[in-house]
Amino acid sequence: MPTPRTLYDKIWDEHVVRTDEHGTSLLYIDRQLVHEVTSPQAFEGLRLAGRRPRRPETHLAVPDHNVPTTDRHLGITDPISRIQVEALEANCREFGIQLFDMADKRQGIVHVIGPEEGFTLPGITMVCGDSHTSTHGAFGALAFGVGTSEVEHVLATQCLLQKKSKSMLVSVDGALGRGVTAKDIVLAIIGEIGTAGGTGHVIEYGGEAIRALSMEGRMTVCNMSIEAGARAGLIGIDETTIDYVRGRPMAPQGELFEQAAQHWRSLNSDPGAEYDRVVHIDAASIRPQVTWGTSPEMVLPVDGSVPDPADIADPVKAGSYRHALAYMGLTPGTPLAEIALDKVFIGSCTNGRIEDLRAAAEVAKGGKVADSIKLAMVVPGSGLVKEQAEAEGLDRIFTEAGFEWREPGCSMCLAMNADRLEPGERCASTSNRNFEGRQGQGGRTHLVSPAMAAAAAIHGRFVDVREV
Amino acid sequence: MPMKPFENFRGTVLPLDRANVDTDAIIPKQFLKSIARTGFGPNLFDEWRYLDRGEPGQDCSGRPVNPDFVLNDPKYADATILLARHNFGCGSSREHAPWALADYGFRVLIAPSFADIFHQNAVKNGLLPIVLDEAIVDRLFELATDSDEPLTIDVDLHNLKLDADGHGTIEIDIDPFHHHCLIHGLDDIGLTLTHADEIAAYESRRRGEAPWLFG
Ligand code: SF4
Repeated sequence: MPTPRTLYDKIWDEHVVRTDEHGTSLLYIDRQLVHEVTSPQAFEGLRLAGRRPRRPETHLAVPDHNVPTTDRHLGITDPISRIQVEALEANCREFGIQLFDMADKRQGIVHVIGPEEGFTLPGITMVCGDSHTSTHGAFGALAFGVGTSEVEHVLATQCLLQKKSKSMLVSVDGALGRGVTAKDIVLAIIGEIGTAGGTGHVIEYGGEAIRALSMEGRMTVCNMSIEAGARAGLIGIDETTIDYVRGRPMAPQGELFEQAAQHWRSLNSDPGAEYDRVVHIDAASIRPQVTWGTSPEMVLPVDGSVPDPADIADPVKAGSYRHALAYMGLTPGTPLAEIALDKVFIGSCTNGRIEDLRAAAEVAKGGKVADSIKLAMVVPGSGLVKEQAEAEGLDRIFTEAGFEWREPGCSMCLAMNADRLEPGERCASTSNRNFEGRQGQGGRTHLVSPAMAAAAAIHGRFVDVREV
Repeated sequence: MPMKPFENFRGTVLPLDRANVDTDAIIPKQFLKSIARTGFGPNLFDEWRYLDRGEPGQDCSGRPVNPDFVLNDPKYADATILLARHNFGCGSSREHAPWALADYGFRVLIAPSFADIFHQNAVKNGLLPIVLDEAIVDRLFELATDSDEPLTIDVDLHNLKLDADGHGTIEIDIDPFHHHCLIHGLDDIGLTLTHADEIAAYESRRRGEAPWLFG
């Protein structure tokens, strides 16, 4: 009997080119996504060394971080952003890499367009100069974020130097309650294991609650693996995965697809495979989550209250709680449901897919954004998500309720374009990071699911979606 | 890009007493619009360091500084070793974070743990991240803050140890491959390309096993 292997072992084994005496492997990379922010210095490095991409057809580029979400026809008015987007276009031309430019309706956030186009495939290795590359692990692909030097390394060699990580299984057992979503699962996991809990590990998510998720939901969970410290998240391949990929423009077609699918079905952890760490979470116990601090692990169920640092024994942790509360302008003991908001952001690579917009629209339908909310915006993850949402009439539901309906991009997830919080403004956001200044200097971010964000927009404060 | 070989080295410590310092804090997003690798030093920790909102391309010399932030404490003005708490460098994969730390003048980073991508990016840029036990880090924080003089540390990368101002020798553990790269300043793309034959052999075998990846 061969030793039972995890999904991670299987993908790893299929991609090792060689391993040196220190245990460092040269790992073959099948696909790379490229965006404007982390690639210019990589292309410059190639140019300086006189190198060319080894397999240009395995890379796909798109501008997303810097692009405006209004008045696209005006182009990018910020000259520095424009230079960066133009540099991407010029580099893709020079090195023969396919690009979806700003005018292309397939343009969108890298982690939304990869799966949408069938560029992301099960069982592959994939990287991008972006930490949320973990998203693609939802397909049973080993996908992780890299720095710019490694972007260049993959362009030049199609390989990366890697040490194998440890493995962790997070099993979400049983069924979720009504109104509880993939976002709540992953926030609850991070609350449980902490933002460094997955450091040095690849997390595989399993259990009935994960199996029951759609591909969109699985992507939301894997997306935030990096917020748990893990470079990659993985979910085993099943018919949900295969059905999602079938027929996508860049996926294999016909006979070749069936051949691939047969191989993909073998890419699941074997019964009895061992993990370095196993965590069980009871799905039924997960309630809608809201972060209260400046790290995603600072999270509680919506019916909770802001914690008191005085109750924390560990002095470093108590210090960071105090720091976070001062930054967030919150007082210990305040019920989360009493926190009033200034802005609401629905979008990002965590929650900017069609299913997320449907969930938000369902809550927004027939309601009105509260007068106290200065801006509630919905930013689709890609041009195709936008088109689909408009075909379903979701844009009208949002605009009638008083939300702004924008063009696709990263937008206020990181506020590199004009969309941002002003100092002191408080935002309910479906994105993935509540770090200080993430959505604008002095801005205060609370991470929630799309349905919770929509409900917060209508009520002007957090409410439990299970009660609306 | 080939990097400079890391020599044995002596420097003073800047104690940044925070856990989970993320790369958004190390270098805020507006500075990521640059298409160069250098020039990020003046904007290192921009939002903690200055009282106004920084913009790319601006001259930072006249900006109002936050006197409470440790980087602005004259005692640590010449520091080249950054001491921090656990999970340093978490968050975004931006290599601009190690570029900014290196551009400012840091060469060594000490913490109980680093985020994985940051750790990798740091080594690629000739920065030496050193992981030490929480208790030792606590002790270094005390030494770095207790006296009026900054704490000096000698790093002996060849023999894998450091010496904290005569307070004892501390053994350090570095991944052997990283150690090799730091000491020799290797261009790791060049190194990988020496295995071009093996990569080609892998590709031709793989083309048979998984033809859908070679459309
Ligand atoms: S949406 Fe946010 S997290 Fe996702 S790629 Fe864009 S900036 Fe990064």
